[in-house]
Amino acid sequence: MSGGAASGRTVIAALAAVAVAMFLAGYFVASSFASPSISRTNVKTVTTTIVETAGLNARLNVAGSTTVAPIVEEAARRFSELHPEFRISVAAIGSGPGIKAVGSGEVDIGMASRDLKEEEFERWPDLKPFRIAMDSIAIVVHPSNPVNELTLEQVAKIFAGEIRNWKEVGGPDKPIHVITREKGSGTRDCFEHAVMKPFGKEVSAEAMVQQGNPKVRAAVANDPLSIGYISLGFVDETVKSLRIDGVEPRIENVLKGTYPIKRNLYVVTKGDPDPAELMFIGYLLSAEGQKIVEELGYIPLYPVS
Amino acid sequence: MKTDDAVKILTFLCAGSSILVVFLIFGYTLLEGLPFLAKYGLSFLTGLYWKPYTDPPQFGLLPTVIGTLSVSGLAILLAAPMGVLAAIYLAEYSGSGLLKSFIESATQLLVGIPSVVLGFVGLVFLVPILAKTFGGWGFSILAGGIVLAVMTLPHVICISSDAIKAVPRDYRYASLALGASKWQTIRRVVLPAAKSGILASIILGLGNAIGETMAVLMVVGNPEVPYIPTSILDRVRVLTSTIVIEFNYAVWGSDQMRALFAIGVVLFIITAVVNLLAFHILGGRIRAKGI
Repeated sequence: MSGGAASGRTVIAALAAVAVAMFLAGYFVASSFASPSISRTNVKTVTTTIVETAGLNARLNVAGSTTVAPIVEEAARRFSELHPEFRISVAAIGSGPGIKAVGSGEVDIGMASRDLKEEEFERWPDLKPFRIAMDSIAIVVHPSNPVNELTLEQVAKIFAGEIRNWKEVGGPDKPIHVITREKGSGTRDCFEHAVMKPFGKEVSAEAMVQQGNPKVRAAVANDPLSIGYISLGFVDETVKSLRIDGVEPRIENVLKGTYPIKRNLYVVTKGDPDPAELMFIGYLLSAEGQKIVEELGYIPLYPVS
Repeated sequence: MKTDDAVKILTFLCAGSSILVVFLIFGYTLLEGLPFLAKYGLSFLTGLYWKPYTDPPQFGLLPTVIGTLSVSGLAILLAAPMGVLAAIYLAEYSGSGLLKSFIESATQLLVGIPSVVLGFVGLVFLVPILAKTFGGWGFSILAGGIVLAVMTLPHVICISSDAIKAVPRDYRYASLALGASKWQTIRRVVLPAAKSGILASIILGLGNAIGETMAVLMVVGNPEVPYIPTSILDRVRVLTSTIVIEFNYAVWGSDQMRALFAIGVVLFIITAVVNLLAFHILGGRIRAKGI
């Protein structure tokens, strides 16, 4: 190459100019995206299955509460067996994100394990929640824990970090490991409302945050000193659920009102549901759908068996 | 000639697009994070409490920054000596036998293990062992450090052994001819000559560790409100895990969302500084050799 040094400098100058130009371009493109009303936080997490189906547009994307997801997944599986033209994909991302996703039109149906908040209705006035089941929350410990029963106040004090040793509630002389859900979770919302608020308490700063019912269950199943709370539908033999004020967390006790925690589970549409959405929600509310609710350990809206 | 020009333009566009992507991401993160940084200023970095849900919210990042640095620092403390020794074995002692190629391909394989798998193994295997051995939660800086060390190790081994192999054979022959033993040669001649490459491998490993998300998130035991750790058995939050935990729930345009972008800016700056440091060290080596 002739004139090595000079042309080298020119090339570097040119590259620098291009880089600056690209940075500026990037900046302006980015700022034009930055309108606050657009939410695309969930674009990545919302799994979308795009399958071309002939005729009726029967692709439904559902996203939201990890509590509600197992019901909708199982319903989606059985529903698509009946109606092969339907393609339903379900993403468990939490109640708050689910409502946000349906509100901003990223998905067709949201799932929530709590009532919609006022500010959510303010932001998306046309959200339509449909109650599809009821649920409760079980306080769970490791199966090897000798403690079988707590009062609601003891639970509140444990989660607030005021009772810190298992011996204070009849267990071994060991520290208590408190596991909580992340803020914004529908399950946490319900737990705080039903357990912490009546005693004016807040979840301890030292509690460990685990995202989603399955992770809380796994964490409790792995740690003999832990305590956590999960949806009734997630209780299995890997954890032990506690009696609260002497009452077992069972469907009939929740319905009788003797077990103190009860909540509604919803699917949410933006505006009135379109025909495809209506068909699927109708299935969830049908005897078939409610049977799934019961099989999975949640509480059906009406007796099915 | 025409083909030459076309290829030149094509390759330039490809190279340029990667620059564009970097600047787009950086510009966008800055755009969202800067107003927040301007509003909260230094208190963002020095504050002790991260309570985005209280009124007024508190955005103190210090415990989280310390959490990130302690987990990555521990990882490097574990991975650096082991990685360098492994690199010395591969470059100097292993010859060219089957064992060497086996170790080398196993190391390559280690790079390919998705971080979420390492995190999962850490969660179900390492955490209970730590809880049994040391008491307490098991979730800890130590757990995060060990998992990250496993992820960092192959990078340290690969780059270090390349640096050691790049030391000219003549240096070794000269040293051996002077009567030095093999270990004396490695310690006094080869390692000093490969010093900058080895150092760069460690610093690049550190940069890698700071940005790692999934594996760390699963084993460091994110406390509801992070605190400054006093032992390696304490639970911490790291910068990346805070973004992951809160991103889904933060309202778009709120201070909390901006705070998460500001964390992104902080992460960007830390890793950029670390990487620049590594390149500076490598650059020094090239100049010293007069290439």
